[in-house]
Amino acid sequence: MLEVVDLHVEIDGKEILRGINLTVKNGEIVLVVGPNGSGKSTLFQTIAGNPKYVVTRGDIRLDGESILELPPEERFAKGIGVVFQAPVAIPEVRFSVLLQAMVNKKEGRKLTDPAPQIIAEARKAAAELGLSPSVVERPLYVGFSGGEFKRSEVLQLALTKPRYALIDEPDSGLDIDGIAAVGKVIDRLVSGGTGALVSTHYARIINFVRPNRVIVMANGAVIHEGGSDVVRRIEEVGYRQFFREMGIEVEEAKVE
Amino acid sequence: MSNIPELEQILSDIRTFDEILGYARPAPAELVLRGRITKDMIEEISRVKGEPDWMLRLRLRMLELFEKLPMPKWVNVAAEIDLEALAHYVKPTVSKAKSWDEVPKEIREYYEKLGLPEIETRALLGLGAQLDSEIIYFNFKRKLEEKGVVMLPMEEAVRRYPDLVKRYFMKIFPPEHKFAALHGALWSGGVFVYVPPGVKIEQPLEAFFFISQEMENQLEHTLIVADKGSFIHFIEGCSAPRFSRFSFHDGMVELYAHENATIKFTTVQNWSRDIINFNNKRAVAEAGARVHWIEGSIGSRASFTYPSTVLKGEGASTEIVGITTAKGRYWKENGAKAIHLAPNTSSKIINKSISADGGVSVYRGLVYVAQGARNAKSTVSCDALLLDRESKNITIPHDQVFEPTAVVTHEATASRISEEKLFYLQSRGFGEDEAKSLVVLGFVDDITKELPFEYAVILRRVLELEFGKYGKVG
Repeated sequence: MLEVVDLHVEIDGKEILRGINLTVKNGEIVLVVGPNGSGKSTLFQTIAGNPKYVVTRGDIRLDGESILELPPEERFAKGIGVVFQAPVAIPEVRFSVLLQAMVNKKEGRKLTDPAPQIIAEARKAAAELGLSPSVVERPLYVGFSGGEFKRSEVLQLALTKPRYALIDEPDSGLDIDGIAAVGKVIDRLVSGGTGALVSTHYARIINFVRPNRVIVMANGAVIHEGGSDVVRRIEEVGYRQFFREMGIEVEEAKVE
Repeated sequence: MSNIPELEQILSDIRTFDEILGYARPAPAELVLRGRITKDMIEEISRVKGEPDWMLRLRLRMLELFEKLPMPKWVNVAAEIDLEALAHYVKPTVSKAKSWDEVPKEIREYYEKLGLPEIETRALLGLGAQLDSEIIYFNFKRKLEEKGVVMLPMEEAVRRYPDLVKRYFMKIFPPEHKFAALHGALWSGGVFVYVPPGVKIEQPLEAFFFISQEMENQLEHTLIVADKGSFIHFIEGCSAPRFSRFSFHDGMVELYAHENATIKFTTVQNWSRDIINFNNKRAVAEAGARVHWIEGSIGSRASFTYPSTVLKGEGASTEIVGITTAKGRYWKENGAKAIHLAPNTSSKIINKSISADGGVSVYRGLVYVAQGARNAKSTVSCDALLLDRESKNITIPHDQVFEPTAVVTHEATASRISEEKLFYLQSRGFGEDEAKSLVVLGFVDDITKELPFEYAVILRRVLELEFGKYGKVG
């Protein structure tokens, strides 16, 4: 189980998360929704271990043990796979080299050892995700469209099957077919026992993934928890109206 | 020789490739000529080598030039080089061997640690290995001799093929600065190769240079003549153990590619951090000829190399590939010069450098296009990777274009391994060193692919040692 307990996070001295609590169990999907600036991406970055995000209070636990002191690579090794919202271009590293090194690392081989099987798997998975199989030959995320980036990140999840998949806005930059393809991969991972934490802006994702729970964030805090109906209501009336209906006061400036 | 302040710092660096060789055990020498460079010293070298008179006269002419020419302004370590403190000729006690078994064990060990005998068996058709001032091991496949290929230690070529050597020796690179003239006066060792018309040598030949002691000046001369339509790939490697003081290297490479010949010349420079490295490299390409330089500049405390090609005949082309690592407080210049003298000539210069821990890499280049070199084309691309904020890259391209139809283009990029890149790779399971290694190896990937397999392995291994701990987990 992945637990976030009373998590407070600062960037450059500014508090962004103000006491987040949530849990993700194996084999379940937890959807996080919230307006821009509500702190969703900060949550994902912090769980991944980005050193820019400073935890001032609270804890992140994996199977009851705190992972706060672990560097990002050890969090990954323990089974936390994160898909970030925005791509980082690494022109020096080919996608295939990254995938090969990830698998080699897991199996205790030299990072650069040839691993033709994983490349073949990657090409197949690429096709399923609506990517050209030759995507694996490209330098990492250089000139990738938003959709290509998202699909490529999800491709990594499909190949590495982490115990917990944290996916920050899988639907942004994707057309409806793309969301369907990504949804299918998430579904498959979850039926294999992966716990998924998925953030989104849009209700349409629930047509493709069926969340066990929905968490609504605003101003760096969890303000509501419910089921898929929450997402549908937000889609109908917007965040502002939804918050009013729930009797929640949210500073206007934070709601876009 | 004044004290070098950085030396202490340099010696504290224990993560470099030259750790493999450890500290110097100077090889026994039967003759050492040290001190002021005089006519007497040069006559002595010439006498010991049993040289013909014309070569002695050439040396003495070079000595005069050396005395006249000023110190090159672009050599920023010039003040540290006290030539009078150096041994300019160090003749090892061992005699020249034709098999590794004949090389005394303690000397053979140096070469074995670098994998040279094994590489020779697997990949080479000829090898000359130099220790200090003389070639001590030389082996050359008979099947090439039967095709008329000549490969000899330079001194032997001077004696046996004087007319052939005379036509090219220091004519491709007439000295235009002090260190080139110094080389001409004092040169010793190196290899001569002649490839007859139409002969294509399918595997590389190599010369390997080793400096065994401090305060030495090594000045080997390599001359390769590829006759019409021939092909040769020549590799030069070099290495040295650690010293408590420094040594100097002032070699020269002259290449002559006749009509439609191809010369590929690869350098894997892996001097220890106590070598100040100078190399004077120039090629002439006749009509339709192709010269391909690859300068892998890994080691040394300071390096100044500018592989150059004079495109003399119509349609001649050259590719000059440089890869430089500057890790630690070292100054590494690896430039290129392309001189277009004829129509439809083309040059492609690719220069990549990696700087870390305060290292400085420098690209200093020249593209010259003479009037009348119609439709000459030149592309220059320089990419620098900087691993931290203390490290630097300096790119100094220089164009002199006197032909209106010429097309000369430049591209330069400098990138860092940003925190974002590092974090991304860490979030994919890689430790910081592993992440850096992935970036560094990826950065040079297209260049290592051009090297023969064994050398690609060596280069990658050196980069791994230099820029990150690679390998198995746990």
